[in-house]
Amino acid sequence: MVLGRIHSTESFGSVDGPGVRFVIFTQGCRLRCRYCHNPDTWKTDEGGRMQSADELLDAAERYRSYWGSEGGITVSGGEPLLQIDFLLELFQKARQRGINTCIDTAGQPFTREEPYFSKFRELCGVTDLFIVDIKHIDGQRHIALTGKTNDNILDMLRFLSEIGKPVWIRQVLVPGITDDDVFLRRTAEFIHTLSNVRKIEVLPYHSFGIYKWEMLGIPYSLADTQPPGKDRVANALRILQA
Amino acid sequence: MSNNAWRNFKGRVWKEDVNVRDFIQANYTPYDGDESFLEGPTEATDKLWGRLQELQKEERAKGGVLECETEIVSRMNAYGPGYIDESMKDLEKIVGLQTDKPLKRAFMPYGGIKMAEQAAATYGYTINPELVKIFTQYHKTHNQAVFDAYTPEMKLARHSHIITGLPDTYGRGRIVGDYRRVALYGIDYLIEKKENDLSHCGGGNMIDKFIRLREEIAEQLRALRGMKKMARIYGFDISRPAENAQEAVQWLYFGYLAAIKTQNGAAMSVGRISTFLDIYIQRDLREGAITEKEAQELIDHLVLKFRMVKFARIPSYNALFSGDPVWATLEMAGIGVDGRHMVTKNDYRFLHTLENMGPSPEPNLTVLYSSRLPENFKKYAAKISIDTSSIQYENDCVMRPVWGDDYSICCCVSATQTGKEMQFFGARANLAKCLLYALNGGIDAKSKEQIGPKYLPITGDVLNYGEVIEKFDAMMDWLVELYVNTLNLIHYMHDKYYYEAAEMALIDTDVRRTFATGIAGFSHVVDSLCAIKYATVKPIRDEDGLIVDFETEGDFPRYGNDDDRADEIAIWLLKTFINKVKGCHTYRDSEPTTSILTITSNVVYGKATGATPDGRKAFTPFAPGANPAYGSEKNGLLASLNSVAKLPYEYALDGISNTQTISPDALGHTEEERINNLWHVLDGYFDKGAHHLNVNVFGVDKLRDCMEHPEKPEYANFTIRVSGYAVKFIDLTPEQQLDVIARSAHECM
Repeated sequence: MVLGRIHSTESFGSVDGPGVRFVIFTQGCRLRCRYCHNPDTWKTDEGGRMQSADELLDAAERYRSYWGSEGGITVSGGEPLLQIDFLLELFQKARQRGINTCIDTAGQPFTREEPYFSKFRELCGVTDLFIVDIKHIDGQRHIALTGKTNDNILDMLRFLSEIGKPVWIRQVLVPGITDDDVFLRRTAEFIHTLSNVRKIEVLPYHSFGIYKWEMLGIPYSLADTQPPGKDRVANALRILQA
Repeated sequence: MSNNAWRNFKGRVWKEDVNVRDFIQANYTPYDGDESFLEGPTEATDKLWGRLQELQKEERAKGGVLECETEIVSRMNAYGPGYIDESMKDLEKIVGLQTDKPLKRAFMPYGGIKMAEQAAATYGYTINPELVKIFTQYHKTHNQAVFDAYTPEMKLARHSHIITGLPDTYGRGRIVGDYRRVALYGIDYLIEKKENDLSHCGGGNMIDKFIRLREEIAEQLRALRGMKKMARIYGFDISRPAENAQEAVQWLYFGYLAAIKTQNGAAMSVGRISTFLDIYIQRDLREGAITEKEAQELIDHLVLKFRMVKFARIPSYNALFSGDPVWATLEMAGIGVDGRHMVTKNDYRFLHTLENMGPSPEPNLTVLYSSRLPENFKKYAAKISIDTSSIQYENDCVMRPVWGDDYSICCCVSATQTGKEMQFFGARANLAKCLLYALNGGIDAKSKEQIGPKYLPITGDVLNYGEVIEKFDAMMDWLVELYVNTLNLIHYMHDKYYYEAAEMALIDTDVRRTFATGIAGFSHVVDSLCAIKYATVKPIRDEDGLIVDFETEGDFPRYGNDDDRADEIAIWLLKTFINKVKGCHTYRDSEPTTSILTITSNVVYGKATGATPDGRKAFTPFAPGANPAYGSEKNGLLASLNSVAKLPYEYALDGISNTQTISPDALGHTEEERINNLWHVLDGYFDKGAHHLNVNVFGVDKLRDCMEHPEKPEYANFTIRVSGYAVKFIDLTPEQQLDVIARSAHECM
């Protein structure tokens, strides 16, 4: 039995995949997105509590009657793919219980190297949907925004396309960082090369998470950034969904 | 019986006896389609609603009351005809006002002359002194009679607010006449039936129970004749059954109008009329007699009338039931005993009034919910909830086994079989205060008076669970007995001095009665007991040695988190209370029930109650109804819903009210997502056996802005659901506005 390091859970996830979902937030992420609204989930080796797959699924199933035919569980983070062994066990067991499974990931841990890659393939077998955040389409800017490269992230999307695994793409729209039409068009072009994208969502940047940065004593670099206007969100959607 | 009125109607039983339920089952048309057939408002509707909004604005500008009657005692036929606007009276498809003018409040002294006088005085009106003299010197009122009979102990309990909101200064309400009978049978047939009942009542053995009943039936017959006369004033002959949809709506409304002209009950519900009226509309549509546009107009105009029902109230009443509610509660949907769903096109039409004429607190639109309702309807209801926050949902699957498939909701959450039952409304007992009395040996720490029995107080430095439970249990015994006795007395006097002849005339003579008690402070008692059981609670005493506050160390489970440790205590509390009530004698062989419902009185009850061991500060509001305490829900909306869903409806047959506010962002990114997520939440909650949910969809920002800028036109009709009813936010007292804001809205993460 592998234990997961779990930050928290939410009984009513309404925007984390299809339908009403029980959301499990894992602890730990290597990206340092400047707009992150959950910086308290960054640390990989401390925080959160250790929980077993069965424990979490028992908790989730208390909400089964709300799921209908579409809902289920979503593992978000943090970065769930950092705990792939746990994730695999969780989703295998969820499948046995007939629970729809979804991963909300930024894809950062992905690699085609072994042993990770085999585990990932196996995980795909028990995952109904991937929700993938594309932080930034441009490699350099991705590093500037998150501290890491996006090569393997885009590669993960290509792999998911190869095996035909359903994917939702998400783009957080941050004025001055990701709402430039040039980059949005590049993202759209990349999405066009994929065959498995079921939905594209644009999430307007919001500053609700700032208090967490303050609590953690980490300087917040986007303090002056305002949420994008409705027209900018519509514009981004138009470009990405073209 | 008129063949024309019943043309093309099927069935037999309902033709041989008064049985509206049988008529509905034999004739209604379930509708599985979507809302695309609906029509917008007619020009007449726009004009009338426009005029009514102007009047409502004037009413608000005058401090909440447009005009008060001071010269005429309200009776069925006290006035000539009244219209929304004389110059537009031909536009009104459905007519009839409580008085001679729109929104004018009638003078209703029978519940209590002092209150009637005070209500008028509050808004600058003086009741004719001759009338005051008549109802003081020559004619006793309900209120006077109750106070004649109250024991000193009852007066103390009332005064200390351990029992509050008692219907001893106003009409008890909550009696739903089967107004549909007027349309289906016409008054003459109903008179014939009641005359027959009278002739079979008390033969040979004239004991007081029969004497009383004979007098009541005579009153009912007088009321039926009065209804005919009232309709004639407007040019209609309701002695015969309705022959088409317009008549059916009008006849039914006359039945209701008779009730609201003669009674000022807190809740004056309309009942389950939607499916019934659909049968008439369907027949007219099939015959080509009306168009869908005209059908919608009938419903819009009926709803306009429900939006105009007013009573003159005193300030302390408004504090209890804020925002001028009348609970013109009206049900739709549900599943029939035979398994067919009962959604009709008319259910869509009633919901659609909220689009045609904007949101409104009245009528109190209630969807009798089941996950087996057609998906199209669930989606439409969810959409209307998201757009207007004006509807409530109640679980048909827990109510149907108890009340059948023709029950009405007679206030917020209380079911009664339409035309077969009536209810003795009983406000609520303050169990949080009862717990404090248990700790302090019956002394009210606020007034220092000995209110409850002088049991030994808690003397230790740390509250011991077993000891507290024992004392609480004993104090509850005292409270329940006193509470039920007080209600027995009130209802005896209400029957005697303020009998609801109009409603009872439309209910079977052989009526089943329920005795509805209630609980206030529910979640605070549960959490307090949890604190005592799972944490360390140290009482803080004042200079007189009375416990006035608590110091709690350590964590404890709280109700509202789907934590069985807390939720089991919640179930225990409910069962213990209702079992005690069942042990008492209840007036007129009524069947005791209870509710966990506070309406907006949670603010008033809380204000009268000291600090509780759960951390609630002294004299601050309670959570409403069966809602978990503010700030105690740590695991999200569904965990909170799961906790409430565990409370067994069988032990609270008068209803378990839950009010939740969800910010639109927390419900989904798009309208489609929001609709889908909302009906799935409803499915899940009600499939778990929960009873009721008020759904509000808005952000707290909107409430704050509305409080700061109530004058903005967009807020004139901004409606929110509170415990058991809906209210215009701007009509709440500032205190209650703050209370609504303080409640934890389920925001996005």
